[in-house]
Amino acid sequence: MNPVLKVEDMSVTFALHESEVHAVREMNFSLERAETLAVVGESGSGKSQAFLAIMGLLARNGRTDGKAMMGDINLIGMPPGQLDRHRGKDIAMIFQDPMTSLNPTLKVRTQLAEVLVKHRGFDKQKATVTAIDMLERVGIPEPAKRANAYPHELSGGMRQRVMIAMALLCQPKILIADEPTTALDVTVQAQMLDLFKTLTEDFGTSLVLITHDLGVVAGVADRMMVMYGGRAVEKGTVDDLFYDPRHPYTLGLLHSTPHIAHRTARLDPIQGLPPSLEHLPRGCAFNPRCAFAFDRCLAERPPLTDTGNGREKACFYEGPMRYGEVA
Amino acid sequence: MDQTPINLLEIKDLKKTFSLSGGLFSRRLTLTALENINFNIRKGETLGIVGESGCGKSTLGRCILQLLSPDEGQVLWLGQDLTRLPAEEMRQRRADLQIIFQDPLASLNPRMTVGEIIADPLRTLRPEMSKDDRRARVLKTMEAVGLLPEMINRYPHEFSGGQAQRIGIARALITEPKLIVCDEPVSALDVSIQAQILNLLAELKDEFGLTLIFISHNLSVVRHVSDRILVLYLGRIVELATGDEIYERPKHPYTRALLTAVPIPDPKLARQRNIDALKGEIPSPINPPSGCTFRTRCRFAKPFCAETRPPLETIEDGRLVACHRWREIDVPEEAVLGE
Repeated sequence: MNPVLKVEDMSVTFALHESEVHAVREMNFSLERAETLAVVGESGSGKSQAFLAIMGLLARNGRTDGKAMMGDINLIGMPPGQLDRHRGKDIAMIFQDPMTSLNPTLKVRTQLAEVLVKHRGFDKQKATVTAIDMLERVGIPEPAKRANAYPHELSGGMRQRVMIAMALLCQPKILIADEPTTALDVTVQAQMLDLFKTLTEDFGTSLVLITHDLGVVAGVADRMMVMYGGRAVEKGTVDDLFYDPRHPYTLGLLHSTPHIAHRTARLDPIQGLPPSLEHLPRGCAFNPRCAFAFDRCLAERPPLTDTGNGREKACFYEGPMRYGEVA
Repeated sequence: MDQTPINLLEIKDLKKTFSLSGGLFSRRLTLTALENINFNIRKGETLGIVGESGCGKSTLGRCILQLLSPDEGQVLWLGQDLTRLPAEEMRQRRADLQIIFQDPLASLNPRMTVGEIIADPLRTLRPEMSKDDRRARVLKTMEAVGLLPEMINRYPHEFSGGQAQRIGIARALITEPKLIVCDEPVSALDVSIQAQILNLLAELKDEFGLTLIFISHNLSVVRHVSDRILVLYLGRIVELATGDEIYERPKHPYTRALLTAVPIPDPKLARQRNIDALKGEIPSPINPPSGCTFRTRCRFAKPFCAETRPPLETIEDGRLVACHRWREIDVPEEAVLGE
């Protein structure tokens, strides 16, 4: 089947006063219909910037190279006017903090209906009815009443549902969710993740889940892409990467994550700090923190290489990867 | 560990309310943040406090440290009631009771150097100490938390979140406290850094014989660090037990629901799992439900749960639970729901 989104050699660069920062380098991936792809990494890994670039939402000093093909349309470099015909309708994005993404001065109903009037040419009344119906589908109790509320009158979980409802009104093929549950309590988070599963299973939506939380990834994603220092360092199915990580950074992230079911005496964290994108180490960006680094890693940057079975990794080390008290 | 544990702190019938203005023409409203809080903290343990936003977990930490004054009840520190301590004596006592905050950068004065920040508690609590002694203590503490000596003259903005949290920990440690309240100490940090700080806290606890109160919304983190766990819901204790007991056999329906909602970083387990998703959201603490405050979201609730508030009962081995039906539902799920 043809992927719904195919990103080829995409790079994102920010111009500073006298220098440039490469936030994302040579990103390649494809997203299938009804698939959930998790993009995992820590702050500064480039995971959010990559998708802001695809949506044409970069800060003004940002530049995107490469392609993001949605069918035969390239989203990169498309003029804003033309992009507006696809944003919201074919590809939508939701963010961590729903309060800053909703207009505080407009009722929920008005904001939702606007989307339908603009993208689908509904009249105002039909738009409102459809909007209220969608609020109910994303699990908002008393949707008609909530539709008349202003964003500040709703709880965090409720606002995030409103954002999701808004994103779904045009039944986009692709939904990009940037840390959608980070600000929510666990019980509300569980409800949201359940909602995401319904989306992909019942609506055939393709979901990109940008997160740092491996627990969230394990529960909902099919495939994952791990990013470090602006590049993808490992890609594969969720099961492959969790049970048989091949990149030391993926392994390190797994060992840094506390597991509620088994308490270990100590976590096995990655030493040191994530790199600054302005001063990336020579060779492999991860080498200063890597327990397996050798001479070649300091001199040469490992390319992202196909290792068979749909897996890719960017690492020269081929030996066994076990350290510390592995569970 | 089979000797009788010493209770460092005894919290008795603690209550804290906040008064809210209801707007220009409305009457004032009262929000009950904490009520009927009774538990002990044992010397040398790590007590985790968990609950969702608004459950009162941070308020409880602050009431223990007297950063907020409780309306009623006692906070007994080795038998001495901190709520009645005169201000000057309480100030001296603060050397024993310290706190670490969630947002490390926001909790450090941007205009002070790292050395000044860490030395600050000594300046107020040990004014007699000479400048050289103070500097020596600062350097020793910096080493203990993994900061390099040459960082002493730098300013907070030059540090990453993880390093800033180390500065916050050093500032808490320098008075040689017996107890540290850690209020969401790793929530703002990246996963790899979070693990470094959790390990550091565990090492410091062993090295200095500390007692820790660890407040967090992240159950996996709390389970990892805590000996015992206190679960709060709408300002009330619903359960208190050891980490293993809470995880293996939670007694309160809220604890059960909370545990099944925690994401597990294991795809196969995550897929098998039956999430007992709680319906709805936490009711407003201004107007909490009658009787058991959890009944509106509880799968096991019966009409009588709305009538009286369940008492906080002490059950086997000092476990605490507040549920009318805990005995009946303390069997595998199916048996209860299949009635």
